[in-house]
Amino acid sequence: MSVLEEIRVVELAGEPIAYAGKLLADMGADVILVEPPVGDASRLFPPFLDDVRDPERSLHFWHYHTSKRGVVCDLDDPRQRDRLLKLIDTADVLLEAEQPGRLMDLGMDYDVLSLTNPGLVHVAVTPYGRHEAASQLPATDLTLMAAGGPPWSCGYDDHSLPPVRGWGKQAFHTGSHFAVMSALTALLHRGAGGPGQFVDVSITAALNVTTEAASYTWLVNGGTVQRQTGRHAATRSTGETQMRCADGRWVNTGVPPRFPVEFGRLLAWLERLGLKEEFPEAVFLEMGANWEGPFDLSLIGSDETITAIFSSGREGLQLIASRISAYEFFIGCQDAGLAVGVIYSPEEVFEDPHFVARGYPTEVRHDDLDRSFRYPGAPYRFTRTPWAISRRAPKLGEHTDEVFGALD
Amino acid sequence: MPGALEGFRICDFTGQLAGAGATKWLAMFGAEVIRIEDPVRQGRWDILRGAPPYKPGQSGLESGGGFNNHNVDKLGITLNLRTDKGKEILTELIRISDAVTENFAAGVLEKWGFGYEQLKAIRPDIVYVSNCGFGHVGPYRRYKTWGPIVQAISGLTFSSALPDQPPAGWGYSYMDHTGGYYMAIAILMALLHRQRTGEGQWVDLACTEAGVSLNGPALLDWSVNGRAMRDAPVNSNRSQYVPMAPHGIYPCAGDDDWIAISCRDDADWRALAGAIGEDWTSAYQAADTRWSQQDALDSALATWTRTHDKFALEQTLRALPIPAAAVQKPAERIERDETTGRFGLWPSVTHTAMGEVRVDGQPVHFSQTDWQAVHGAPCLGEHNAAVLTRLLGYSADEVRQLAEEGVL
Repeated sequence: MSVLEEIRVVELAGEPIAYAGKLLADMGADVILVEPPVGDASRLFPPFLDDVRDPERSLHFWHYHTSKRGVVCDLDDPRQRDRLLKLIDTADVLLEAEQPGRLMDLGMDYDVLSLTNPGLVHVAVTPYGRHEAASQLPATDLTLMAAGGPPWSCGYDDHSLPPVRGWGKQAFHTGSHFAVMSALTALLHRGAGGPGQFVDVSITAALNVTTEAASYTWLVNGGTVQRQTGRHAATRSTGETQMRCADGRWVNTGVPPRFPVEFGRLLAWLERLGLKEEFPEAVFLEMGANWEGPFDLSLIGSDETITAIFSSGREGLQLIASRISAYEFFIGCQDAGLAVGVIYSPEEVFEDPHFVARGYPTEVRHDDLDRSFRYPGAPYRFTRTPWAISRRAPKLGEHTDEVFGALD
Repeated sequence: MPGALEGFRICDFTGQLAGAGATKWLAMFGAEVIRIEDPVRQGRWDILRGAPPYKPGQSGLESGGGFNNHNVDKLGITLNLRTDKGKEILTELIRISDAVTENFAAGVLEKWGFGYEQLKAIRPDIVYVSNCGFGHVGPYRRYKTWGPIVQAISGLTFSSALPDQPPAGWGYSYMDHTGGYYMAIAILMALLHRQRTGEGQWVDLACTEAGVSLNGPALLDWSVNGRAMRDAPVNSNRSQYVPMAPHGIYPCAGDDDWIAISCRDDADWRALAGAIGEDWTSAYQAADTRWSQQDALDSALATWTRTHDKFALEQTLRALPIPAAAVQKPAERIERDETTGRFGLWPSVTHTAMGEVRVDGQPVHFSQTDWQAVHGAPCLGEHNAAVLTRLLGYSADEVRQLAEEGVL
């Protein structure tokens, strides 16, 4: 049995909640995607299979709608809407990102739905929450991110360059994560004897509380963090953490060596690579490796010896980075106990031996094309009830007869 | 008001943000989260305990602003697991808990004698959720990560950049936040499965895998079409895949002030061009031209935005309406933007040592069983007596003796 078997979710197609539906569907929920007769707009989002633009070939749509069934319903047609209401009566969760007021105008908001389905968990995801006029305004992932806070903290030391928004529609993902947490929390409450309920999720609020120290520094003492290249925004500038390796690729070195054991391992690695002789600062690494008592990091900048030792760690890493590839640097540092990461492009991690060994890339059969494709896999490994893509994304209206027919 | 998760008890070893953020959600919805810390190291495994930011005039172990933010409404006890009695008390606590949660490096809890097999022996239906960078299985299982390392490995750092620049990455631990969301989802799903079937299980969460999944369409473009993101320069302020232009973050008149603007289609562009009212805009009537000549378009648009106040311009563009939002600084989104305050996003909690502090609330509201934020993070061992006497049946004298013996 899968985790969410026999939990039925009706998802009114909308970009902000597509990922929420996928997260539930891949864990076994019966997620029914409801599209308008013309199909959801994202069916025409690139990239397409073999770059052929077609509503059944969007890889974007394929990714976000795995494991779901798909029906067509014209919400503006009262007869079709009645069918949908019957379907929602059988649902545990309604997931939607409609403009506030739209479902009320159609006579199908929570107050109506809960009369016939009191156990329903209705999760509404909007830009600013159901009660804000701003939720009626057009918005994109980019503008939601700007309003919600992340870009202020992201970018470069050079502030003549604009703040940066990361790719991948993370505003919608963040809204979706909270939609899923909410749905599950409400289902647990219902399972313990509680009623169904309405949940109001705000995407910009979700982003506001997904900015780490930017928010809580202001809340605690009125400080304002400033963006820095490739590392945490901070109220005071901190040392660089990205290094370019011999193959031109980048690594993130995280926290530089700061414990005697780490100085020792770095020194040993320099020796193994035959680089110790050309690194005069090795003497400071040796001092660091043999340091007795606590190595007081708060004295960096004021105590000359401690500063020199700390700097020699970063410089030693820089020397090594200039001689080997980013991947070798990552493996070498981690084997030396230093938490360092190679900066992969998304497809590179897909081919990395660790993720392949864990079975992350997942084959999904496309019966209609008589082909299989490798999809992103499990975000978590449930040992008893595994994550699984149970089917490819639905074709437009593929399950309309099956789903509505079962209601008659 | 009873919480949605009232009646669930979590034996919680999590810390930092990636773990503590997950159990914060549970605690704010009424679960009894009992955080266990090491008295010998004064709970300093969690590097945020006692770390800045501090309220003015405060500092030290009980004053960490981030620690308080991530541990709202949890109980805190200390247990010295180097002692037999400490292990015995932990065993008693596990026996009455629904879930055990941790985000140590892989293998740490097992080394203490509390791996999944041992947990299951104590309580067969226990839910155990572990969260670390690379998971407990696979070639990199011994490797260590922080949020920025997870982001580097998973492709999220690479896909956040401007052209001709190194990766900008994320100026905070997006994957500590988001890893916490996946951990919360995993705990909630496993509890739901247990509620429905009586079966417990272990969930092995690898933050990197959760992160890789956040670039889904790029992975399919690779695995299906063979197109690598590595091969094309990234400008992540632009639209990814869907051809929207202009689409970026543009300078405004104030100090480090910026505005995000997205034109989704011809109608948006015509409205924006009307607001600009300058001749150069006529060269960009065709969507194809706007998309293929974004560099020139962006620079012309930036010349115009630079003369405007960001909030005045936001108001002008939203009235058109087209998607636009000022890049908000922390003070602006917390104090000036009334939507976050009206949502109740910054509740004040009472911390025993810090006093009143505002924290990140949750970006959702439940109609029946909403979250609450009352108490700040626990001080070290603050609830030793309460938990041991109320839940485990120890007398006050026994608790005092255990403290003297160094067990607590």
